[in-house]
Amino acid sequence: MARHDIRLTVNGVEQRVNVESRLLLVHLLRENLRLTGTHIGCDTTHCGACTVLLDGEPVKSCTVLAVQADGAQITTVEGLEQNGKLHPVQEAFWEKHGLQCGYCTPGMILTGCALLARNKDPSEAEIREAISGNLCRCTGYLNIVKSIQSAAERLRQQ
Amino acid sequence: MATPRTSPEICGMGHSMKRKEDPRFIRGRGNYVDDVQLPGMLHMDIVRSPYAYAKIKSIDASRALKIPGVLAVITGETLAKYNLHWMPTLMSDTQMVLPTDTVMYQAQEVAAVIATDRYIAADGVEAVEVEYEPMTPVIDPYKALEPSAPVLRTDKKDKKDNRIFHWQAGDRAANDKAFEEAEVTVAQDMYLPRIHVASIETCGCVADFDRVTGKLTVYMTTQAPHAVRTVFALVAGHVGLSEEKIRIISPDIGGGFGGKVPVYPGYVIAVAASVVIGKPVKWVEDRMENLQADSFARDYHIHAELAAKRDGTMTGLRIKVLADHGYTDAAANPSKFPAGLFSICTGSYALKNAFAEVDGVYTNKPPGGIAYRCSFRVTEAVHCIERITDVLAQELKMDPAALRMKNFIPADKFPWKSALGWEYDSGNYPAALRKAMDIVGYEALRKEQAEKRARGELMGIGISSFTEIVGAGPSKQFDILGLKMFDSCEIRVHPTGKALARFGTKSQGQGHETTYAQIVAEELGIPASQVQVEEGDTDTAPYGLGTYASRSTPVAGAAGAMAARKIREKAKKLAAHLLECSPDDLIWEPGKFSVKGAPTRSKTIQEIALAAYTNHPQGMEAGLEAVSYYDPPNLTFPFGSYIAVVDIDRGTGAVKVRRFVAVDDCGNIINPTIVDGQIHGGLAMGLAPALLEEISYDESGNITGGSFMDYLVPTAMETPSWETDKTVTPCPHHPFGAKGVGESATVGAPPAIANAVVDALSHVGVRHVDIPITPEKVWRLLKEKGLSE
Repeated sequence: MARHDIRLTVNGVEQRVNVESRLLLVHLLRENLRLTGTHIGCDTTHCGACTVLLDGEPVKSCTVLAVQADGAQITTVEGLEQNGKLHPVQEAFWEKHGLQCGYCTPGMILTGCALLARNKDPSEAEIREAISGNLCRCTGYLNIVKSIQSAAERLRQQ
Repeated sequence: MATPRTSPEICGMGHSMKRKEDPRFIRGRGNYVDDVQLPGMLHMDIVRSPYAYAKIKSIDASRALKIPGVLAVITGETLAKYNLHWMPTLMSDTQMVLPTDTVMYQAQEVAAVIATDRYIAADGVEAVEVEYEPMTPVIDPYKALEPSAPVLRTDKKDKKDNRIFHWQAGDRAANDKAFEEAEVTVAQDMYLPRIHVASIETCGCVADFDRVTGKLTVYMTTQAPHAVRTVFALVAGHVGLSEEKIRIISPDIGGGFGGKVPVYPGYVIAVAASVVIGKPVKWVEDRMENLQADSFARDYHIHAELAAKRDGTMTGLRIKVLADHGYTDAAANPSKFPAGLFSICTGSYALKNAFAEVDGVYTNKPPGGIAYRCSFRVTEAVHCIERITDVLAQELKMDPAALRMKNFIPADKFPWKSALGWEYDSGNYPAALRKAMDIVGYEALRKEQAEKRARGELMGIGISSFTEIVGAGPSKQFDILGLKMFDSCEIRVHPTGKALARFGTKSQGQGHETTYAQIVAEELGIPASQVQVEEGDTDTAPYGLGTYASRSTPVAGAAGAMAARKIREKAKKLAAHLLECSPDDLIWEPGKFSVKGAPTRSKTIQEIALAAYTNHPQGMEAGLEAVSYYDPPNLTFPFGSYIAVVDIDRGTGAVKVRRFVAVDDCGNIINPTIVDGQIHGGLAMGLAPALLEEISYDESGNITGGSFMDYLVPTAMETPSWETDKTVTPCPHHPFGAKGVGESATVGAPPAIANAVVDALSHVGVRHVDIPITPEKVWRLLKEKGLSE
C-alpha cells in the first residue's frame, strides 16, 4: 500500500504525517492524532457524527481520505474552545440541553458553527435543513434547534 | 409545577440544573469504547454469513493468515476447544458464539480475524474463504408453525417444532362471554414490524486480559455491566474466569435504548481472543453489522378484538399475537414474562374482561425480541389498544376523544386492579387528555378538518392516551436469569461535606450524573454540584441490574433516596451529640438540623459530616456512609395523552406531522429540563417507527434495509417542534413519588400518528394502516380510494 507524506493544520497546529492512501481522515484524527472528539456512527456518510470543518466547510470525515486533506485547515470539536472560553455554540448546547448521550454532539456543534458562519440569523427551517445530515437519536432535535438559535443570538451580540 | 423545596444552591428536586456531564461532551472529551486505546491493543473484525440458512462446508483462513499483521482467525472450532462456542441469551435460550456447522441467519458471525490494525483486520475478513451449502430458510413466522416446517433448532434435543413459548393472561371464559353479550365488536389485524434501536454509537468492546494477575477488564457498550460480569463468570468459569477477576467498565455510552442490554457474540469472541493471546483486543462493529445482526425489537403480528356496548362502554378485549423472535429468543425480559409486560394491553381503560395470548416462534432471522426504548413489549401493547380503540370509535361514529373519556379508569378508582392482573399505582387520565385537547385546540381542529375535507384536503387528528408499566421490578416476580431486579446506591459523605454516590445502573445519555446528584441533594441538602455520581464500573459500583425499561429513577433513584435517608438518620444522631439534645428534639430542613423552638441552634450537614470523622461520639461508628438495595413494592405506571395533527399530500402520499402535543405524567419530577429532553427524544423515536423505520427480509432471508441508506432514522426535517406539558400524579409507593419517563413518548407516540393518518382517510372508509406509514403505502391507498392527484 502506497504511503504519502501530508501536511495539514488541525486546530491551528501544523501536523506532518505519513499515511496510507486508504486512511480515512476520521481515523487520522482519532487514532494518529488522538483527537477522539470526532466520532464514528456509520460508514456511509449518513449520520454526521464525524463532521469536522475542512477549510471552514463541514465535511463528514469518514468519507474524506486523509490524503485529500493535504494542505487543509481542519477544525475539530477540540479546537473550538479558545483560551479556556467555550465557543458560543458549545455554551448554547449546554444551556439549552441540546445533547444527551453526547455522541452526535461534536458533529452537531460543528455543523451549527458552519451554519452561523454564513448565516447570522437563520430561521428554524434553515437550521433544520443545515443539521439534516446529522442524526441524533436522543434529543428529538428540538433542543438542538433551540441551541443553535441561542448561539446565533449570542454571536450577534458579540 | 410545584416549587422546589431546596434553594437553587442546593439544587434538589424540581430545579432545571444544567447537566453535570455536559462539559466533557461539548468539548469532545467524552470517553466512549472506541476512544479506549491500550498499549499493544489488537483489532478484531468479523466474517459474517451471506446466507440466512446454510451448512458450513469449510472455512479456509490460510490466505488471511498470510497478510502481514493478521495474527489469528478464530472459528467455531477454535472456541469449541474451550467449550465457548455457545452462550445463553438473557431469556435462558441459547445462541452460537461462532458456528461449527450451520449458520442460522444472514449476517451471523462465522469467524473473527485478529490483527494489529483495524484496516488489516478488515483485509483479513475479505481473505477468509468460507464454503457454504445454502438451505431453504424459514422466514414467514406463520409457516414456521406449520407441521411441515423444518425444525430449525436441531441443537435442542427434544425440540419437535419451532414454537418457543406460549403465554397467556386473563380469564378466557369470562372474556368470551363478554364478547357473546356485546352489542358491538370490532376486529383488526396489525403488524408491528422489526425495527432497530440504531443508537448513533454502535456496539463494541475492548477486552483486556492480564496474564500475570489473571484479571479480565472489559470496556464494553453495556447497559447492565453487573449482570454481564455474572454471566461472563457463569459461562466462562470453566476456563478460569472467576467473578472477582472480571471487571466490566461501561464508559460513556452513545445511546442504548435496549440495544446494549444483550451480550453479542462479538464481545465474547473478543474476550476469548484476549485471554488466548494475552493482549487487549478491540472490537467495534460498523453500522451495517449493527443494523443487520444486533438484536431486533418488535416483530409482533397482532390480531385484536374489542367488545363494547352501543354507547361506547368497552366490555371485553381479545388479543392474539405471533411473535417472531428469529433464530433465538434474545429478549431481555424478566424470566417469568416471555411476552414481557404485554399484559398492560388493557391500557387506560376500565375494562373488566380481557384475554391476551402470545406465541413466540423461531425463524431464520437474526435474534430478536429486545426493546426499542420501551419497557418489555409495552409499545406493542399500547399500539394495539390505542389503535383498536380508534377502530371502535369509527365503528360507533363516536369522537375518539369522547370514547376515551367514557372508558378511562376514573381518577378516584386508583389503585386499579386491571383485568390482566396489574395494580395501577395512580393516575388521572381525563385530566391529561383534557389538557392535551386544550393545548392543541381540539374542537377548532375538528372544524378545520371538516372545512378542509370539503375542499378535498386531507388532514387528520390522532389521539393516544397511553398507560405504561415500568420500573421493574419487585423481586417476588422480576428477575433476569435469576438475578432479582432490585437496584442499588452507595453514598459516602466526605469529611468536608462533599459526597460520592455510586449506583448499579448506567446512563446512556439520560443524565444520571445530574439527576442522581439532585436526589442526594434533595435528601441531604448537600449541593448537587458537590455530589459526584459514578456508575458503570463493576469494581466500584454496588451491584445492580442496569438501565433499561425506565427503571433507573423508579428503582436506583429510590435506592439513592433510601441510602441518603440512612445517612440522614445517622446525621441526626451526630447533630444531637453536637447540639447536646435528644434526636427527637431535632427538625430537618434541607441542609441542616435545628433544635425545635430554638432555630438558631443548628448544625449543617457539612458540620455534621466533619464531626463524623473528627468528633463522633464514643460508641458510634465513625464515618458517614450508607448503601441501599431497593426492591420496589410495585411497578410504576406513567401515563399521558398525545395528540398528533397530520397533513397528507395527495400527490405523493407523504405524511407531514404538523403538530404534536404531548402531555405526560411521570409523577414527581427531578429535573424538568431533562424530563422534557427525554420526552422530545422519545417522541422522535415514536415518530420513527410510525412513519419511517422497518427492517424487512425477502423470501431468501436477505435483509432489505441493512444500512442508513434504507433504514430511515428521522432527521430534523421530519420531526416537528414538539409541544410538551405535564400533569403530576405522584407515585404513592416510590420514596419521592417519581415514576420514570425515558420511554413514555416512544410508547405513546406511534398510535397517535397512526390514528391521525387513519383519521385523515376515515371518510373514505380507511380503518387501519400498518406502520411504518410510508408515502408509498399512503399513495397506494389514495389511488385505491380515488383520492390521488
